[in-house]
Amino acid sequence: MGYGSAPDEPETGAGSDAPERYRPVSERAAAVRPSASTGEHAAPLVEALLRLADDRLVLGHRLSEWCGHAPILEEDIALANIALDLIGQASLLLEHAGQVEGRGRSADALAYFRDAVEFRNLLLAELPNGDFAVTIVRQFLWSAFAVPHLKQLSASADATLAGIAAKGHKEATYHLRHAADWVLKLGDGTVESHARAQRALDELWPYVHEMFRTDDVEAPLVAAGVTIDPSTLQLAWRESVASVCRAATLKVPGDGWKAQGGREGRHTEHLGHLLGEMQILARSHPGAEW
Amino acid sequence: MVKAAAPVAGDLWKVLEGVLDPEVPVLSVVDLGIVRDVRVTDDGVEVVVTPTYSGCPAVKVIERDIVGALRRAGVAKVRVRTEFAPAWTTDWMSDAAREKLRAYGIAPPRPRVGDADADPLVQLLRRQPPPAVPCPWCGAAETELRSAFGPTACKSIRYCPGCRQPFEAFKAL
Repeated sequence: MGYGSAPDEPETGAGSDAPERYRPVSERAAAVRPSASTGEHAAPLVEALLRLADDRLVLGHRLSEWCGHAPILEEDIALANIALDLIGQASLLLEHAGQVEGRGRSADALAYFRDAVEFRNLLLAELPNGDFAVTIVRQFLWSAFAVPHLKQLSASADATLAGIAAKGHKEATYHLRHAADWVLKLGDGTVESHARAQRALDELWPYVHEMFRTDDVEAPLVAAGVTIDPSTLQLAWRESVASVCRAATLKVPGDGWKAQGGREGRHTEHLGHLLGEMQILARSHPGAEW
Repeated sequence: MVKAAAPVAGDLWKVLEGVLDPEVPVLSVVDLGIVRDVRVTDDGVEVVVTPTYSGCPAVKVIERDIVGALRRAGVAKVRVRTEFAPAWTTDWMSDAAREKLRAYGIAPPRPRVGDADADPLVQLLRRQPPPAVPCPWCGAAETELRSAFGPTACKSIRYCPGCRQPFEAFKAL
């Protein structure tokens, strides 16, 4: 895929407006089988909750991969703590999704027994961790989106979602400060740390646009005040990101190719590997408790 | 002790004051503000709790301990219900609870200052010095943040140059 590898490799996550060479496998996407959660009977709210939950579950799992491997002990603890918060938020959102869906699926069933095409997370969340700069810059770009997003969702007409969002907003604010602090340190640091932070920003930029995409699925929910149109957050997000980048002596990349597809279940090949690791225990020993 | 036939909410609160947080075993779940309500209904007792952090791994243990303590006190039917709103804040911690924490060696949470709704990035870029956290051991006013994240979701790690001791500090949330 395009991230961190040669651009002529097969690309599974590119949207339909990507250059032809990026999407040889994406033709498959049109034939993605409808999952249990996206069938004709699925409530838009379930879909919206899965989007929120899967961003957090997948990104939380990525962060957990740093456990035992971070550059310093304090950061090992920090990344594991952020992962814990995100996976906790995901668990609450999945539980709510299962209840709204009304088919008896628990949070665990939704986390461990859906396949990649049924996941609704942003492609940004599933990209490999890369070096520390990539992990931190991603965390910064996403958290700068998550904070205002959760803030607005805490006024949702869905009381459960509002409560989960209000709780998550406090946690996300702490994550954003931490990530932004590191962006300043890396960007305005040594020649090496600056170069790596800039490279991370450049490589991740095509994946930020998907955060702000609007589609028909959530339109009735937005109209009813249950969820919000993410495109309304874009302008303020760009200003926030630009102000930190400026202070960090980093250059905000120009907009080029915009990767998308995660919200419809068209993922990069990286998600399958992530899920393989995350789900194997639950699938090998269904119903096990410990 | 509580009679099984007619439990009184006031007595139940007393029982819950004996249920300690597994990760901060000097504070009870009432001290922490995790227990939001205790209701005596026709169908047993309902305890309403709110989590400190979304992913707090102690939540399940706390639920189990609450049910266990009330059962031992004679309440046959206990249900624990989780509510997220209003979101838990360290401002709910009583002065007595803060003093218990300090005596245990954990710096209590500072009162939250400023506008909680303010843009965290604007606050960051202004580089305002955060409020001082006094050392729980020697009382020195000036201590250093060593790690914004600590051994549990609710704590950070600080260091006191006065007595040269690292210590845990409850995050203001």
